[in-house]
Formats: sequence, structure tokens, C-alpha cells
Amino acid sequence: MTSWRVTRPGIFAPCLLLLLLPACDGPQSALAPAGREAELLADLFWIMLAGAVVLWLAINGLMFYVTRINVGHMPRRLAEGIIIGGGIVFPVIVLAALLGYGLTLMPLTRVPGDGLRIRVTGEQWWWRVEYWPEGAEAPVVAANEVRLPSGRRTDIELAAHEVIHSFWIPALGGKTDMFPGRDTLMTLEPLTPGVYRGQCAEFCGESHALMAFQAVVLPEEEFADWLEAEAAPARPPSGPLEAAGQEVFLAQGCGACHTVRGTPATGAVGPDLTHVGSRLTIGAGTLPPTAEALANWIAHPGTIKPGVEMPSYDELAPDDLAALAAWLEGLE
Amino acid sequence: MSDARPLEGSQRDAAAEFAKLERTWQSPEGFLGWFTHVNHTNIGRRFVVTSGVFFLLSGILALIMRLQLLTPLNDVLDPETYSQVMTVHGTAMMFLFAIPAMEGVGIYLVPLMVGARDMAFPRLNAFGYYVYLIGGVTFFVSLPLGLAPNAGWFNYVPLSGREFAEGYGVDIWTTMITFIEISALTAAVELIVTIFKLRVPGMSLNRMPIFVWTILVMSFMIMFAMPSVIVASAFLMMDRLIETQFFVPEMGGSVLLWQHLFWFFGHPEVYIILVPALGIVTSIVVTFSQRPVFGYTALVLAVVGVGMVSFGLWVHHMYTTGLPLMGRSFFQAASAMISIPAGVQIYCWIATMWGAKIRFATPMLWVLGFFAIFITGGLTGVMVASVPFDRQVHDTYFVVAHFHYVLVGGAVFPLMAGLYYWFPKASGRLMDERLGKWSCVLVFVGFNLAFFPMHQLGLEGMPRRVYTYLPGLGWDWMNQLATLGAFTLAGGFGLTFWNAIRSLRRGEIAGDNPWDAPTLEWATTSPPLNCNFARQAVVRNSEPLWTWKEENRRTVVDGLSTTRRETIVTTLLDARPQSVQILPSPTPWPFFSAVAASICFFGLIFSPWFYVIGVFATFVTFTFWFLPRKREEVV
Repeated sequence: MTSWRVTRPGIFAPCLLLLLLPACDGPQSALAPAGREAELLADLFWIMLAGAVVLWLAINGLMFYVTRINVGHMPRRLAEGIIIGGGIVFPVIVLAALLGYGLTLMPLTRVPGDGLRIRVTGEQWWWRVEYWPEGAEAPVVAANEVRLPSGRRTDIELAAHEVIHSFWIPALGGKTDMFPGRDTLMTLEPLTPGVYRGQCAEFCGESHALMAFQAVVLPEEEFADWLEAEAAPARPPSGPLEAAGQEVFLAQGCGACHTVRGTPATGAVGPDLTHVGSRLTIGAGTLPPTAEALANWIAHPGTIKPGVEMPSYDELAPDDLAALAAWLEGLE
Repeated sequence: MSDARPLEGSQRDAAAEFAKLERTWQSPEGFLGWFTHVNHTNIGRRFVVTSGVFFLLSGILALIMRLQLLTPLNDVLDPETYSQVMTVHGTAMMFLFAIPAMEGVGIYLVPLMVGARDMAFPRLNAFGYYVYLIGGVTFFVSLPLGLAPNAGWFNYVPLSGREFAEGYGVDIWTTMITFIEISALTAAVELIVTIFKLRVPGMSLNRMPIFVWTILVMSFMIMFAMPSVIVASAFLMMDRLIETQFFVPEMGGSVLLWQHLFWFFGHPEVYIILVPALGIVTSIVVTFSQRPVFGYTALVLAVVGVGMVSFGLWVHHMYTTGLPLMGRSFFQAASAMISIPAGVQIYCWIATMWGAKIRFATPMLWVLGFFAIFITGGLTGVMVASVPFDRQVHDTYFVVAHFHYVLVGGAVFPLMAGLYYWFPKASGRLMDERLGKWSCVLVFVGFNLAFFPMHQLGLEGMPRRVYTYLPGLGWDWMNQLATLGAFTLAGGFGLTFWNAIRSLRRGEIAGDNPWDAPTLEWATTSPPLNCNFARQAVVRNSEPLWTWKEENRRTVVDGLSTTRRETIVTTLLDARPQSVQILPSPTPWPFFSAVAASICFFGLIFSPWFYVIGVFATFVTFTFWFLPRKREEVV
């Protein structure tokens, strides 16, 4: 039986493991933590991984030992000892410890925040975001991007409009599902300022794969400045091109779905565009925030994000489209 | 015919009697005859072959998905088609492959292993098969027609509700899955009765092969788990077709109710697939170590324990739904606890192999692959059982990797082992060892190449059920590795497929007991006689064939009729002879019943009136099915 040595299961998995370990710091990685919860969970992962590798080697090693190396007589008492000790006593202890460890981490999602509350509503397939600073009576409305102050714990209230979604920023912490007709709560405490990527984690239909967002963690003062700017109405068009773009926007009836504060556009069906030009992505984490991308999106939203509710405006004259994109890009 | 060796002098009489017996158990021939078969060997073989076809088809769907995910923003599949392919892959692998394959193996082997001549309800058995065949084919054909469900195999509401899943897709899912589950229930009922009542004299419960125990546990699990999914899918069907509001939040329904009902079935379901696989592994470990299993009682308790605990875990699919912490910690404890009986089993197998001279033939190689992969899946299972950690990896590729390690490692590897092990019994010919070993190596390497990187993908944030991903997230090369692995894996399965077809004609003649196995299925010819056993055995321990070989004689029952289908009924615990059951003869009525019932279920999609028609039509066919036999047969 020569091929037995080749297929010996002990060889492959650990090699692959070593091969894979080096790169784990993508923008959406749970192993490059930038928040309190994510850090603790990454620690938990590494501890469990180490334990799992040791156990895997121990069990398969034992099998190798008794079938290939020490193939002699089996001491009955020892075998019984292994079954009871290794099969019952040892796992009970390890699992109890793991449960205890888990229990200490679980309340983390229920720690009350430091004042700021964000309400995120999942839509098909984008995110409605409302900022409620402490004592605020009306929210600051934005979309498709979440900004958080670092070093502070923020309450996050989650809801969904039509179907179930799940709110997840791996670098900051675990996910929580968003339900229609029922609010769920979580809190996040980002530690390192930076830009991270979040994505919907619950299958929510055709364009589930393209429902993402950027999470921007800012130092506290910068966050306060940003929130103040975000609360302000849109800036007036800075030139004739932009002014023409605004006119196209209003003439085409875009305001029936989109709000641009400071203009007559007050629709609430689609994302708020008051400061769309300052976002790091458009189309819910799908495209860069350039005028070309905006024009492309307006003309063919359904090609970029299949099934999207926004109609395509490919009949717009190229000049109008360019003006509209330029105005939107300027809405910082 | 070793077990009916005629006595000197009366040789001709015995041969004539035996021929008569075989005629009594003969299945009608020809195309029309096919629809009347009721013998468990025929039905079990059909289950296994049909599920194998669905396995290949669903595997091809997996390859198409892997092609789509080969590069970011790829356009092999559009998102709607991807959703359909993904839904059908998951649903078919679970409902059309894994469960029916296990049922089929059970239906084929259990009567042989307990020494019976057939199952307790042969016609119900046939009915179950036709239900599965019709339901499965209807479900699968919806995909090439572009009418397949697209809300995932888990069909979460409201996405699967009227409003968001238009068209017939989800209706086909709800009706056909409910329908197919009927087949699982019929199989469970008769496996339980067969195991409890039709064991040969002397085969008390504690002498039953472990495989039979696992099938018994599986059947009980099916009985408790399937009603939950039948209720859930019937609710959803009604929500969609006659506007009940079970899952509509605005009308007082609950979307979480669906998740509870679905996973109350969905989690035990994984163990329904796993438990019989553990039985297959035990059979093979025992045969290839040539030793009785070490720790029989511990193994049985572990299997029963897995079956019970598996019903207390379903909430670990719902850790991120915002349920109370107290509840979630209970389910973490339960989820982690199931690794204890699993561990006990592994150590029992190790102890069985310890010091034995092991033959590393192909079935044993697959079993070793099972150990390596299943243990990995079990360890990642303990990880995802942890509530806080699961909030990171839930609904990511980490979980995709985890459950493929558990299901492919825990069910497909043992099934492959079982195929190589029992193929000679079913066909009379051995499968090719060289091809078998290459297949095992290719599948093992391909599997790890395909699924190991997915752990990392999940940790780096790649969600499940996405039809594409953007470049620049660091996911590209791992996805390429996974696709490469998937095709290697498929090549490996292709080799086994080719091996099986080729060996049917050209394989080495196997003989009754090619592996020198100890259990009763090897005490008859290969393939088994129409009547399974010319004379039913009497056993005194759990390795009757080894005892017979030692003592050079067999203990058998005599005096059963040769002109009607009879099998011995024994007491539940000790298997003392009790009576004789007369089993029914071939009939086409189960087929007509299944057709009537399927018209009822399928028609429901279009009009509720089909329900009424279906009830009457099935009633009529049932009447003919149960029409009393002629008087002399009943005596």
C-alpha cells in the first residue's frame, strides 16, 4: 500500500496553513483589527486556532502512532483511559474554559455608548444612515458611509426596510442582522483612525454582493467638525457647469427620490445626496467618487448594480449628464 | 449458495425448493415491471443511484459557481442565475443527494445486516422512492427552465415572500421540498420498524452492527426534524399562495419564526447526514482491522448522544439576530458539547485500530481522509460555536469552509468509502483499486485546495452567497486557488464515477465476502439473492461471520414458506422469535399513488383546487394499494 504514505492526512493541512497565514490585512479583514471588539475577537481566534492545530496534530498523530509506528499490542486500560480522558474529561475542561472566555466577551456588544447614536437602515441594496448626537432632536441624514469617532463607544441601532440585511465592519467588530419591523442594537468602539470596509453579510437578493460601505474612523475633534459640516445644507453650485447640473437634476425629477438639502429636492426613497461629493465611494461601496463614475452610474445603474430600483437615465444628453455629474461631485 | 448447502441425498429437492423460493421473491421484468418492484435491494439501489446523479449535477453547479468567482467582477453568470444556481446547489446537495443517499444505503443494507428478507413495508418503500424521484426531478428541472428558486436554500423570509421573490421559483421549492420530505418520513418509519422487529433470532439490540444503530438514530432524527421543515415550508407556501401571514411582520407575522422552524430542522439535518456516515466508518474500520469494535457501548451511546444533542443547537445559526445573551450562551454550551460524543467515537476507532494489522485498501483510504478532514471541520465547529467569534465569521466563507469540511469530510468521504466497500456486494464485482486510490488522493488534495483557503477568505471579510466581489480586497488569489481545487476535486470524483461504471462489467468477481467482513450482509451471494437469504441466520454475537468461520458451521432458521414472501419477526430487545410476517408482492399502485400525490403538490402552485383533486386521487390509489390479499395468502 504505497499510496497510503502519499495521502497521509497529516501533511497537507498544516503546510497550507503556513502558506496562507502571511496576508491578512485587507481593508475588510477581521484579522487586522482597529476596534475594541475586533481586537478581542482576533485574540480569541488566534488562541482557538493554536488549540485547534495542537488538537488536530495530537489526534491524527495518535492515529498515525498506533497504526504505523507502535503497531504492537494494545494495552486495554490505556485505550479506555484515552477514550474517557481524551474523549470526555479533556474536552469538558477545554470547552468549559472556552465558554467562560466567550461569556466574558459577550456583554461587549451591550456596553452602553458614550452619547452618539447612529441609526442604520438596510435598503435593497444600500444603507440609510442617521446620526443622532447626544440631545439631538432631528438626525443628520447621510447614506452609504459610516463615520465614527475613535476612542468613543457609539450606539448603533439597526433596522431594515424590506428584507433582512446584516451590518458588518470586520475591522471594528462583529455583525448584527437588520430586520424589517424590528430594531436590533449593537455598539462599536473604534480605536485606530482610518478607512475600513463594511459589507452586508446576509443574503438580500440580486445585488447582495454589491451592498458595501466605507467606515471612516476619525479622531474625535475631526469627527465633530465633519458632523457639523454634514449637518449643513448643500453648498450652492460653484460655477455655470454645476448650476446647469443642478437644473438637470431638478428638471429630471431626481428630487422625487433623492434629498439634497438646500434645494427643492426632498425625496426619501433613495440615498440622501446632500454631501455625496465628500463620500469615498458611490453606489454603496461599488464605484470611486469621480464625475465619470457618477455619470456612468446615472446612465446605467442597472448594469452596475443589477436589480437596483433607480431607473437608468441613458437618454440624457451627454452635456447634461456631464453637468449633473460635475454638480454632484462638487457637493462636498 | 453457501448458506443453503443442501443435505446429502435430498440435494435435488433442496435445489427445487430454493428455485421456488427465488421465484417467489422475483421482481417482474421489463420496463413496465420496473414500476412494480418492491424488494428493498431494488429500491435501495435506485435511491443510491438517483442520489448519485443529483450529486454529480449539483457538483457541476458548484463548478460553475467557482468559475464565476475565479476573478473579481467576472461575468460567467448573471446575478439572478447565480442566485438560482446557488439555491439549487445547496438544496439539491442536502435534500436530493445527502439525505436520500443515506436513506438508500440504509434501505439497501439494513435488512441484509439484520438478516431479514425485506423491509417491513416494501410497498411504502417503493412509494417513498417514486415521491423522491418525481419531486427531485421536478425541482431540478426548474433550473434549466430558468424557473428555479433564487432565495437561497435557507429561503429566509421576507426575501422568499410574495413581494420579493416573484415567479414560481420559491413555490417550486416549498411544494417540492415538502413533498420530498414525505419520502424521508416513509423511509424513517420503515427503517425503524425493520430494525426493531425484523432482526434475526439472537440479534439482540446490543449485538446489532453499529451501522444499524446509526441508521436507527438517523431515522428517529428524521421523524422529529422533518415535521419542522414541513411545517415551515407549508406556512411559506400558504403565505405565498393563499396570503396567510405567518411571516409578514406588518400583519403580525414574524420573520424570525421562519428561522427558528427552519434551523430546528436544519441543524439536526446535518447530523442526519453525519450519523449514518459514522456507521459506515465503523463498519470499514472493523473489517479492515479484523477486530470487533472497541467500546461498543460507548460508541452506541455516543451516536445516540449526538442524535439527541443535535436538537438543542439550532440557535447557533442565529447568533447575530440579537437574541438575549443568556439564551445564546446556552446554545454555545450545547453546540460545543456535541464535540464530546464525536470525540469519543474517534477514540473508539483509534482503539479498534490499535495493534491491529490494518489493510489499507481503498475503502480504508477514504476513511483516513474522513478522519483528517472531519476532525478539521469539528475543530472549526467548536470555533464557530463560540458566540462572540461567530459574530465575525457568521455568513462568511469561513462558515462555507467549515460546513464543507464537516459535510464532505463527514458524509461524502464515508459514502465513497462505503461505495468501494459495498459495491462488490451490490454488483458482484470489485471496483478497481488503482483507480480508487488515485481518486481518493485527487479528491483529498482537491478538497483541501478548494476549501482550506475559504477559512482565510472568511476571516478577511468575504461574505457568503455573493455572486461576485470587487478587486483590491486581497481575495483574488485565494479564490483562484479554490477554483483550481474544485476542478481537481471534480476530477477525483469523476475517476470514481468512471471506475464504478467500468467495474460493473469488467471488475474482478468478488465472491460472497471479499473483505472478510463479520456482518450478515456478507453471508449471502453477491449480488444478494431475491430472497436475501435462502435460510435466515441465527446469531450469537455481533460478528456472526467470524464465528461461523471459526466453528466452520452456520446456524440458520428453517421452515419458512417457499411460496410466499415470509420473514421472521422477533422481539424488540432480545430478538426472540415471535412470528412470521407475510410481505406483500410487487404492485404498481405505490407508483400511481406517488404520481397522484405529486400532481396534487405541484398543482398547488397554480390553483388550490389541486389540493382537493389530489386528496381524492391519492385516496383512490391507496384503496387499490391496500386492497386485501386473497384469503389463502393471509392465513
